[in-house]
This record gives sequence, C-alpha cells and structure tokens, in this order.
Amino acid sequence: MKRDAAKSLRAFAAELAIYAVLVTGYFFLVLHVLGGWLFRLETQHRLLYAFIAILLIAGQAVLLDAIATLLFRLVRGRSR
Amino acid sequence: MFFPISNSHINPVYLVVVGFVIGILGGFFGVGGSFIAGPALRLMGVDWNYAVGTDLAHIVGKSIVAARKHRSLGNVDLKLGLIMAVGTIGGAEGGAQLIQALKRAGNVNSVVSWVAIVVYVGISVFMLWESHKTLKLHKGRSRQTVKAGGSKADHSAFGPVTKRIQGTKIWPMISLPTSGIQISLWIILAIAVVGGFFGGFLGGGAGYIRMPSMVYVLGVPTHLAVGTDLFEIIISASYGTFTHAIKGNVDILIALVMHTGAVIGAQIGVVATQYFAGPKIRLAFVPLPLIGAAIVIYTLVTGHKL
Repeated sequence: MKRDAAKSLRAFAAELAIYAVLVTGYFFLVLHVLGGWLFRLETQHRLLYAFIAILLIAGQAVLLDAIATLLFRLVRGRSR
Repeated sequence: MFFPISNSHINPVYLVVVGFVIGILGGFFGVGGSFIAGPALRLMGVDWNYAVGTDLAHIVGKSIVAARKHRSLGNVDLKLGLIMAVGTIGGAEGGAQLIQALKRAGNVNSVVSWVAIVVYVGISVFMLWESHKTLKLHKGRSRQTVKAGGSKADHSAFGPVTKRIQGTKIWPMISLPTSGIQISLWIILAIAVVGGFFGGFLGGGAGYIRMPSMVYVLGVPTHLAVGTDLFEIIISASYGTFTHAIKGNVDILIALVMHTGAVIGAQIGVVATQYFAGPKIRLAFVPLPLIGAAIVIYTLVTGHKL
C-alpha cells in the first residue's frame, strides 16, 4: 500500500516536472508572440478581441487537458 | 512578467499557483473560485474591473477541463446543464441591473457586502447542519458504499423536503434520466435564475449557490451536481467573459497563464471526488462560502478593497 502510494507520488512529480517544462516553453513562445497582437486588438477591435479571447481560453483548455492526460498515461504506464 | 492589456506586472509563477489552487477547488466542489481569484489578482495590483472579467475568462478554461473529466466519469447531466444555462444568463442580467440601480442610489458597496455575508454564512450553516446530520444518520454506510465503488449513491437529511419539491407537478415535467429525477421545468429554471441573479449581483459563477441548490432542491446526487454545475458554468462564464471583454475588462493573457496551473489542479480535484461520498463532499464545502464572508467582513471593517 505504502509502495503504491510512493509510486503514484513519484509518477505525479514526474508528470508535474514535464508539464512545468512544457508550460515554461509555452509562456515564452506563445504569449510573447501573441502579447502585442492581443494588446492592439483589445484597444482597436473590442468585439473581435472578445471572440478571440473565448476561443483562446477554450482552445488552451482542450489542448492542455489533452497534454496533461497523455502525460498522465505515459508516466503512469512506465511506473507500473 | 508585464501584461500590457491590464498594464500590470505579475510574477507568472504566482498566477500559476493561484490557478492550481482554484483548479483543485473547482474540480472537487464544482465552483468557479472567484472569491479567491478576484482578491488574489487585486492583491497584485490588477484593477477590480480587470480582476472580475479576467477571472471569468479563467473560469471558462478551468471548467472545460474539469467538466470534460467529470463527463468521462459519468458526472454530467447535459440536459439539466443546458436548461440551467438559460435561466442563469437571465438571472445574471437581473443581478447586474440591480447593481446598476444600487450604483445610481449610491449605496452599492454596503448593500452588496451585507447580502454577501448573509448568503455566504447562511449556506455554510445550512450545509454544516445537513451534512453533519446525514453523516450521523448514515454512520458507517457511506464508507461501505465508497468501498463498494458506489460513492455516487447519495443521502441527505433534507431528502423529505426535496421529495416534496419533486412531487410538485407543474407542467411541463422534465425527465432527467442521468440524474434519476423527474421535475418541473419551472423549478429548474427558478433555481438557475436565483443562482444567476446572485452571480450577477455578488460576482463570479455563483457555484456556491447553484451546487447546493441542485442537491437540496432538485435532488441531484452530489457528484452529478458538481459535474453539471461545471458544465453549466462553461456556458454562463463564456457569456460573462464576452460581455466583460467588450467593455474592456478582460486581460486574456493573465487568464491564459493562470489556466496552465488550473489544468493540473482541476484534474486532481475531479479524481479526488471519487474517494468521497456525497455528504462528506458537502461537509468539506462548508468553509468555502465562509472564506468569501471573511473577505467581505475584512473589507467592511478595514475599509481596504482587497
């Protein structure tokens, strides 16, 4: 029981570490590229910005959920 | 990191950690977590209008992740969620209109603060009484059902009142096979309008009202109430995000960064619901509205706006 818990914790820590690396890369690549464009959009085309904002957050939710689930499966699969 | 839309400097690690904590709460309790996210953003110097709008955008993303996960566990009643979304949007507009009227009357802050304290404390006291009584009545049984893999089987000390509400036959009656109930459309809409009204009036997704209402008034099992509330929040928070974005109150870059932490937190919260029976989830929910009440009391007493 204790060994299982330790294994799960190790797998979760590995998952978090990989996820953290991916997310850091995501910050620098995507947000730096999008930042200026979104700022201009917010000041000049509010309606379009509102649509893009919802699309971005929903798209990121689906994408990151898929990545997290895939990582979860990969790391858990290897730890067994 | 500089966020040009709201003109603020915030450490991204702070945002990720706040998102992570709210993600856990959202996945486990089906709430948006605005009572934490709003003050947390305000603490970093983000203006209130941006804190409210950005929080809503972040709630959309977090609820998508948590609702997808809950759906894979069979915890989402799509039909109920869609009906409730209609009522919630209507109610939210009513709440926002009342805020405008109070603004014109010049006493919006004190009225909203006192209503918030009464509502938050009322919910906590009622849920503490109910879940404690249910756990006492069914001592030992909840543990057995969880062990048998039947953690979704729910009991409530408020059950007889719920049964009487379900027995009110006002046309049209709606059958909800996923939740295992049949109830009047008007009762569902009334619950949704009330939840939406408080969301528009007090801010956030109002999951702290809707989730308990689904359990106690509609008789939806707690696990399903959590999942369905999250699904419903996707629709109503998207609407809120859109209207706030048009008014210039959303910094989507902050929401995107916060959301990276919420993805992991929401997954942990959803998985955790599998290990607890309904009354225990409801008992654990009790401190959440109290945190909201404490924040409001703090702002009233000290005069600080968190």
